[in-house]
Amino acid sequence: MKPPRFDYVLPRSLDEALSVLAEHGDQAKVLAGGQSLVPLLNFRLVRPAYLVDLNEVPGLDGIRLDGGRLAIGAMTRQRVAETSPLVRERCPLMAEAMPQIGHVQIRNRGTVGGSLAHADPAGELPAVVAALDGELVLRSRRGERRLTPQQFFVAYLTTAVEPDELLVEARVPVAPPRTGTAFMEVSRRHGDFALVGVAVTLTLDDAGVCKACSLAITGVGPTPVVPREAAGALVGVKPSPDAFENVARRVAGALTPDSDLHASSDYRKHLAGVLTQRALARAAGRVDGGRPAAKERP
Amino acid sequence: MTERTIRVTVNGRTYEKTVEVRKTLADFLRDDLDLTGTHLGCEHGVCGACTIVLDGAAVRSCLMFAAQAHGRELQTVEGLADGDRLNPLQEAFRQHHGLQCGFCTPGFLMTLTCFLRECPNPTEAEVREAIAGNLCRCTGYKNIVAAALAAASTSTRS
Repeated sequence: MKPPRFDYVLPRSLDEALSVLAEHGDQAKVLAGGQSLVPLLNFRLVRPAYLVDLNEVPGLDGIRLDGGRLAIGAMTRQRVAETSPLVRERCPLMAEAMPQIGHVQIRNRGTVGGSLAHADPAGELPAVVAALDGELVLRSRRGERRLTPQQFFVAYLTTAVEPDELLVEARVPVAPPRTGTAFMEVSRRHGDFALVGVAVTLTLDDAGVCKACSLAITGVGPTPVVPREAAGALVGVKPSPDAFENVARRVAGALTPDSDLHASSDYRKHLAGVLTQRALARAAGRVDGGRPAAKERP
Repeated sequence: MTERTIRVTVNGRTYEKTVEVRKTLADFLRDDLDLTGTHLGCEHGVCGACTIVLDGAAVRSCLMFAAQAHGRELQTVEGLADGDRLNPLQEAFRQHHGLQCGFCTPGFLMTLTCFLRECPNPTEAEVREAIAGNLCRCTGYKNIVAAALAAASTSTRS
């Protein structure tokens, strides 16, 4: 339970970090908050020759509004995002998902970018960014790339980030008027990785008819699953229990999750359907209304 | 680099040491500083026994490297009591039987130290949420919750 030997690199600027990655990226791991990487090191499941610690690189953290988007620096601690009034106001979906990540001691160190780059299929933040159709900003000595969540999340714990690249920022559109969002998950114990989680955002027009709806589901595939067709079934109709049930049935029907030690495929499908229905109802109830209370649980 | 010389302040005392970069902060506290009050249970961030306070925030010391603590201020369980006099939170744990074997206790105390600073007058539900990241196999948590609530009411009274 002790990490293997590695060479520790502590860059003091983004340029320096990118230079190190350009030279050693294929043998290096990037250390952000360390809440996933250090366990992997302690178990010796990863044995990088170089550990590139980003904790002294200035300018990689912070939350700001940039046009219609909320830009969150990769090194922003999860706890900072959780308690940020800007996130609560402009991206309530992320604010609601945050307290469901691990425990407060984990979120005090864990970063937004670290969680995204780790790409655990049960992770909350990948689903939030996927549901909101956000953007992942990568930098390298070669320049900058901006990827959609579909491009960024490739497979289980695998992203499109090249060895010489660094995720520097996540960008999500701010919630438009008349939007309601909800993030709900079921886990065996509070703070565990969830079996299944559902992120929902929906927007109504002035007549109360749904004009946009997006869903992302964790724990039912190698990456966050975005059932566009099922979510689209709500567009053009007024939110109602029947409409939510219709979407939930389509969602569950379209999924083919694997069974594992924690839950069978059928149970995961069942959870995805139930959570979709509940999350849609909660999101619809929040349009024009109360903000999500941070402590609400399914 | 494979070694780094660091300067850290722990419980008000400053130490300068050269450490192997792969050494976790928890092992550094225990082995290099002889501060063995910080306990190690799982060594992968699940049990909470190694929780310490880093610049005012509760963190897992098994999920950080000592090299990363350079220039930081730490508080461990050894920093709570004033000599032989327990602080109000420790006293509440004693009074309410908030520990049995004591292995997890340092982690609970450090988690609750931060929590009660941020939330000095918590509800029972808030206390339970706050300690959700710490495992105890003896008490069933009931007495830990009672101790935390008692410590909160003691400090809000005084």
